[in-house]
Amino acid sequence: MHIKKLVVALVVVLSMSLVIAGCGGDKPEAQVDSQEMVVRYNVGTPPETIDPALSTGIPEATIQAQIFEGLTRLDENQIPQPAAAESWEVSDDKTVYTFHIRKDAKWSNGDPVTAEDFAFAWERALNPANAADYAYQLYNIKNAAAYNKGEITDPSQLGIEVVDEKTLKVTLESPAVHFLSLTAFHTLYPVHKATVEADPEGWSLSADTLIGNGAFKVEKWENNVMEFVPNENYWNKDVVKIDRLIFTMVENENTELTMFENDELDMTHTAPLAELERLETEGKLKIYPYLGTYYYIFNTQKKPFDDVRVRKALALAIDRQALIDNVVKGGRKPALAFVPYGLPDMDGSDFRENGGTYYKDADIETAKQLLAEAGYPDGKGFPEIEILYNTSESHKIVAETIQEMWKQNLGITNVTLTNQEWGVYLNSRDEGDFMVARAGWIGDYPDPLTFLDMWTTGNGNNNTFWGSEQYDRLIETVRNSSDQKERMTLMHQAEDILMENMPIMPIYFYTDPVCIKPNLKGVKKSLLGEVDFSEAYLE
Amino acid sequence: MHFSAEMFRPLPREKKSTQEIVRPSTTYWQDAWRRLKKNPLAMAGLAFIIFLLLLATFGPMISPYSYSDQNLLNTFKGPSTKHWFGTDNLGRDVFTRVLYGARISLSIGIVASLVNFVIGVIYGGVAGYVGGKVDNVMMRIVDILYGIPFLLWVILLMVVIGPGLINIYIVLGVVYWLPMARIVRGQILSLKEQEYVLAAKTIGSSSRRILLRHLIPNTMGPIIVTMTLAIPEAIFTEAFLSFIGLGVSAPMASWGTLASEALSSLKSHPYLLFFPAAAICLTLFAFNFLGDGLRDALDPRMRK
Amino acid sequence: MTQYILRRIAVSLLVLWVIVTVTFFLMRIIPGGPFQGEKKLPPEIRKNIEERYKLNDPLLKQYGDYLTNLIHWDLGPSFKYKGQTVNDIIEKGFPISAALGGIAIMISLLVGIPAGIISALRQGRWPDYLAMFFSTIGISVPSFILATLLMYFISYKLHLLPSALWGSPKHVIMPAIALSGLPTAFIARLMRSSMLEVLGQDYIKTARAKGLPKIVIIYRHTIKNAIIPVVTYLGPLTAAILTGSFVVENIFAIPGLGKHFVTSIYNRDYTVIMGVTVFYSILLVTLNLLVDLAYAVIDPRIKLFEAKE
Repeated sequence: MHIKKLVVALVVVLSMSLVIAGCGGDKPEAQVDSQEMVVRYNVGTPPETIDPALSTGIPEATIQAQIFEGLTRLDENQIPQPAAAESWEVSDDKTVYTFHIRKDAKWSNGDPVTAEDFAFAWERALNPANAADYAYQLYNIKNAAAYNKGEITDPSQLGIEVVDEKTLKVTLESPAVHFLSLTAFHTLYPVHKATVEADPEGWSLSADTLIGNGAFKVEKWENNVMEFVPNENYWNKDVVKIDRLIFTMVENENTELTMFENDELDMTHTAPLAELERLETEGKLKIYPYLGTYYYIFNTQKKPFDDVRVRKALALAIDRQALIDNVVKGGRKPALAFVPYGLPDMDGSDFRENGGTYYKDADIETAKQLLAEAGYPDGKGFPEIEILYNTSESHKIVAETIQEMWKQNLGITNVTLTNQEWGVYLNSRDEGDFMVARAGWIGDYPDPLTFLDMWTTGNGNNNTFWGSEQYDRLIETVRNSSDQKERMTLMHQAEDILMENMPIMPIYFYTDPVCIKPNLKGVKKSLLGEVDFSEAYLE
Repeated sequence: MHFSAEMFRPLPREKKSTQEIVRPSTTYWQDAWRRLKKNPLAMAGLAFIIFLLLLATFGPMISPYSYSDQNLLNTFKGPSTKHWFGTDNLGRDVFTRVLYGARISLSIGIVASLVNFVIGVIYGGVAGYVGGKVDNVMMRIVDILYGIPFLLWVILLMVVIGPGLINIYIVLGVVYWLPMARIVRGQILSLKEQEYVLAAKTIGSSSRRILLRHLIPNTMGPIIVTMTLAIPEAIFTEAFLSFIGLGVSAPMASWGTLASEALSSLKSHPYLLFFPAAAICLTLFAFNFLGDGLRDALDPRMRK
Repeated sequence: MTQYILRRIAVSLLVLWVIVTVTFFLMRIIPGGPFQGEKKLPPEIRKNIEERYKLNDPLLKQYGDYLTNLIHWDLGPSFKYKGQTVNDIIEKGFPISAALGGIAIMISLLVGIPAGIISALRQGRWPDYLAMFFSTIGISVPSFILATLLMYFISYKLHLLPSALWGSPKHVIMPAIALSGLPTAFIARLMRSSMLEVLGQDYIKTARAKGLPKIVIIYRHTIKNAIIPVVTYLGPLTAAILTGSFVVENIFAIPGLGKHFVTSIYNRDYTVIMGVTVFYSILLVTLNLLVDLAYAVIDPRIKLFEAKE
């Protein structure tokens, strides 16, 4: 019978897959005791790596924040507090920091956390062979930059000294006021030396070898789900109230929302733009602050953007409040300056509040006047311009709104929108192959400098081709100063210069809207986006 | 009755033929069209497509709104007498946007079917008919084109030529005929061993004639089915390509783009998905009815 | 036959080499690189990374090294997923994608082929209209819309199944349906049309005239001859579906291989791009060879190679 042969032929094609289907797709779900207090959170994209020295992203940082702990921790006001270190001394010239690690600081396998673990972790992050993206976070340490660049090869020359098992002495290259904040950052987390040495590449890939010193330890990690239980060896284990923490890794934000509304999650990592309004009215949304600015950059080498009046006119002519209320939503704030809210000024007050605003939102009169002065009354004769953005629905909708606002408010009709795939878009920006481009900046550390040092002449992140010697000098002084008062004053001055020249057009300050169950309390979300569940609980 | 010689005269020469074919000679295509006309579903499909084409061409001129006019105070409003299909996230009239979208999506659909028909059918037909080494080489080229990641072509084209509808046509031209070529080649491999092909060869028909007149018409069923699959695929591929940056620039949007963007607001505003998706589905039904009718009409065995 | 297969394997290696070469240079021509982001890396860090991943070697040397490693099936380290090799990524993702894809193909065949046969045999009657109605919807609704709608109704509205993730049989149902929707519809239509084609052939009329039982005519003469387009379609379909679908895996958060086909290109994760392309191509070339061999099994008249060989 030929038909039998046919069936055989088809089965041959498929049998392999069936065998796999039979043994791959059938695993029992984790048994969850109903008495347990379980918190489920979606971190978003599956992590690229959980190795603290090598990771760069927010999902990674969030996972690490549960299982590792640095020498210090930042509180809600971005002030460093003791964590793995119970105390520290700073030399008078602010270049030598001596940390005293807690006697009861232990790894999840019971080993004590030692100064050696920190020294090992930091050397590892700086070792050029490991090619860590964030190695520069440690450049404040003496000889760190030289070691990372391969100029010196002996790690004992680094300003990291293990005084005794629990004492770590760090010598800096120059005084750095934010070093204590930096020690809370994931690149400076300790790692369990013995485990990492045993498997330097693969230790962070499996629950068995992910030894941490944080509030939780990883119990299970498979199929985009990571389960944590409290770390009984954590020095501060009494603050941990939940019995089990489950992280899912769902990238798609609509799926994430469905899971949340289906009671499969207690908290999401974001919320879809189109659903924000409904979620807010239903009381499911919580808006966290986020340290970032959404803005457009002008290519100041290209006509008509070489004229500051044109740049200003375009910036003044958009109605940010209307854009936020009707389009981007999520409690964002109109950006009438570049440095966002939430950063401490010299006296602990807010840098932005003190700096104020530099222009009025939707100042169409002034915008029209400036455009006329630049030679384009009512947009007449304005050359064809293009807004470049990377592919994303939210960038597109903002670009569409701004295109329309320039048309309505200034009479500029020939604005086209171009979207490019991420890599191509970044390349176009670097090459200056754009006129107006979307950009966004998320702070690296809680100091205004993280928003201001990028605008120096020729900086790799300054794609505007604008530069000012005076600005460069101010930033240089700020970098080398440890006097907060001087630093802050100069940074305000730098922002004045930036806003006077407007190579960029700030649009809004980011917020971080997420869905959260009303009975989930005690979750801490940092300004930089990572979430800490160590003190979370369900009511 | 008296007959005289004068009463008779010879017929003009040209009318003197002894045999006359009563039925006017019809070509293959005339015949197909005649049979297509008798198929009500196919004609309904054709009428709908023509109606859509007219609507896509002239509709936007009649509509009081433009595809880009925003009204930020009137966003996400459901269908009403003022806005038949409601308004979108920027307060734009969805009906007008769907009309403009039809221009893009229909042209994509038509180009995709042409590419399939012209390149795919001929390529697959030649490979299958000639067979042997030629077949092997031609099909391995198809494998290579299948194997190289589509997205890489797309990004390269985007960089080299920049965005625009033409580029979408080029991308479709590069890869959209591959499944068709394989299907046609598989059919021809089997059909060319049939008796009628042997018969045609015996009477000295050229290969070209055998392929075009005998083999391809007999493969029409799978060809039409593959084509009707290629159209929706092309429509949604266009949405993807626009997303990557190769297609038409925002705020202009095709049906595929409108539908995929509406997915994110499905829970709050389902009508935004409904209208473009319904437009695609109806168009597909029309293409399918027409396709089925065409298949029957082009089937040589149904020729009476 | 054996000689034909051996020759095809030799040609397949050539095909793979062309795919590898074109993909390698194509991905290096397009702008962007693996270590770029909104924030630029300091040049010294960049240098360390490029040294570690040997990206500062001359391009031709990199190409040569890649080919050498490929022969040993060493696909290299991922640039993005630190500490993982491309071999790891494929070993982890493929079984999951293949399990899901295998089920989806089974659904497509078990539903699509009978639906096509029945509607051909009942042409112009209600089973035909019903099947064709659903298959038309099936081909016009792409998997990402189908997946979203399934999740919306089954999980969100009816709470019947978990919305996403992977691990239990319950998690397989929606993605398998979403993945099989289009192939099922297409196979049904393809089967129906070629059945109709075959049913009109003279030999079927002869068979009928001989008084053969209808069931024998249908099985032995019709289906066998009508299934060739479906078998043709199965080659690329199986290769594509077993290696995973980006959209379905993304929507249902399935840790399969499908995501890497798209994200590796966005990330310019060169080794992953090459690895998944090579893997997919091997599968494709093999399956297409199997399809060609299946032709000969189904229809012995089909000659894939010249008789003299």
